Amino acid sequence: MPTLESEGKSYEVDEEGYLLDWSQWTEGIAAVMAKGDGLDLSEEHWEVIKFLRDYFDKYQIAPMIKILTKELAKKYGKEKGNTKYLYELYPAGPAKQACRYAGLPKPTGCV
Amino acid sequence: MAIKPKPNELLSGINYKPPLKQWMDEPVEFKKGYYCYGAKPKNLEYIGFPNGREWNSSEQDWKLVDNWKEIFLEGMENLLKKFRSFRLFMDICVRCGACADKCHFFIGTGDPKNMPVLRAELLRSIYRRYFTVAGKLGKIAGARDLTEDVFKEIWYYYYQCTECRRCSVFCPYGIDQAEITMMGRELINLLGCCTDWISGPLANCYRTGNHLGLQPHTIKSNFDYMLDDLEEHTGVRVEPTFNRKGAEILFVTPSADFFAEPGVFTCMGYLLLFHYLGLDYTWSTYASEGGNFGLFTSNEMMKRLNSKIYAESKRLGVKWILGGECGHMWRVLHQYMDTMNGPADHLEAPVSPITGTRFDNAKSTRMVHIAEFTADLIKNGKLKFDPSRNDNLNVTFHDSCNTSRGMGIFEEPRYIINSVCNHFHEMPDNTIRENTFCCGSGSGLNAGEIEELRMLGGLPRAHAVKYVKEKHGVNMLSCICAIDRAVLPPMIDYWMPDVGVCGVHELVGNALIIPGEKERENNLRGEPLPGMEEKGEEE
Repeated sequence: MPTLESEGKSYEVDEEGYLLDWSQWTEGIAAVMAKGDGLDLSEEHWEVIKFLRDYFDKYQIAPMIKILTKELAKKYGKEKGNTKYLYELYPAGPAKQACRYAGLPKPTGCV
Repeated sequence: MAIKPKPNELLSGINYKPPLKQWMDEPVEFKKGYYCYGAKPKNLEYIGFPNGREWNSSEQDWKLVDNWKEIFLEGMENLLKKFRSFRLFMDICVRCGACADKCHFFIGTGDPKNMPVLRAELLRSIYRRYFTVAGKLGKIAGARDLTEDVFKEIWYYYYQCTECRRCSVFCPYGIDQAEITMMGRELINLLGCCTDWISGPLANCYRTGNHLGLQPHTIKSNFDYMLDDLEEHTGVRVEPTFNRKGAEILFVTPSADFFAEPGVFTCMGYLLLFHYLGLDYTWSTYASEGGNFGLFTSNEMMKRLNSKIYAESKRLGVKWILGGECGHMWRVLHQYMDTMNGPADHLEAPVSPITGTRFDNAKSTRMVHIAEFTADLIKNGKLKFDPSRNDNLNVTFHDSCNTSRGMGIFEEPRYIINSVCNHFHEMPDNTIRENTFCCGSGSGLNAGEIEELRMLGGLPRAHAVKYVKEKHGVNMLSCICAIDRAVLPPMIDYWMPDVGVCGVHELVGNALIIPGEKERENNLRGEPLPGMEEKGEEE
């Protein structure tokens, strides 16, 4: 399996760069992943990542997009509760990019 | 992440000229974007599959177990004994070529080994070599030795078939290529060479109950959000039940319907309909997956995953089962469930509690397709619609391979759509009903890493949509399959933007008039209804 390095530690990832063990996640590895895509993580990026981590802790899956936008709106204001905003932050899509940075596994099935 | 070529680049790369050499002399070239990642050992371990290991499908060494060849041939011998159809399909092809240009993957890639006849020949050559007398003559009899390269070639092309069975419609012998692909995949799985995309959902489904791994509290939470939205749009609070003993009907649908868009809008349509009817039904968080990736893996795995539906219906004591909009789920339910896990003597022959219609077609499986159920309601005048709420939509219908060719559901969805929409146009005859073209991503091929292959496989379908878009202004492609709902949006968007994708019951939910509802301003997606656009802006 391929690996990513952050602060002297090595992290196993799958072929698309998703962390194999979500519990190993650190802010450092999220920043490394973002840097690989040419992104600098802003406060707004971190809001999404932190929400995803908290959600995953409770539900063991990424939230459906409806939940993500509604909860972001509740927590951080209406202008942040829509998919357009999420795609501006994460051009490759919240599911593919934000979930990966947050250390969540890739959803599979009829999705 | 792979960068997709532009549509015109991909189109101009299609070359139908066959190579000069004989096919057996043409070694397989693994093209990036055309094959999946290999299964992770932990997923195979979950489901008790043999020979799981760390391996990489893009590397030369697949780390096959030492006696892989014996395992493969022994497995093939067992399958030939067990399934008479398999031996028949290995024996009877006369290579007339009627199937050759009927496959969406051949049309899209121009690769001769994607002609169904040649895809079958990859395995047939092994059959001849090891299981027929003439095969001892070798190549002259169409036989060849099983080598590691030959195995990889089978793997490569058996995951470039969506088991859609369009070719079998045209085969004068009725050879079912999907069944040949299934046999090939059974053998592949004996060697631990499943794909990552298929083995992940298998493990999730076996462990947690659905492909996505949604746990009961997650499912409940997802529904709560959908119910809030429904209340916002209609003013009606829908209150479904879960795992309720004594309900009359158990409802089972693909888990993507309560997770991913646009499936969730279809799910909201079911919820509204059942609420309107006052149906005595329950959802289950145990039998929480209609889909069955076992169909893409092995007969035994399919049986294990499917067994949960009858088991749950027994535990809850329901009378019969209603099933949602899904494609391959229905191939399993309609054609295999009864003999695999039946007879379902604990259930009754399904009768609609609203119309009294007996579904004799489902007498043995005791499971009814929602399109049949809803069409029957409409036919009996039990539903009131305002089709003008769908007037912003110009709809066409994509027949999902499994519900059309697998069970003959042609009329019901069309009848429903025409009852709830004012604008409907068919795609050309040779691309619908039993001739329907696959979405290009079925049978577990909806993985991100093979996007290029999927775009090419979807090309014939996309062209038919393009035709009705240009001729009639179609802007919505409806379907009754969860894989379709997941894969058609990016595929259609790639070839021809500005056509949406929806399930049929989303359209039903939009048009259904519910007593006590507020004046509807939005459709189930939260978008303004026709004529309400300005109202939305004022607010």
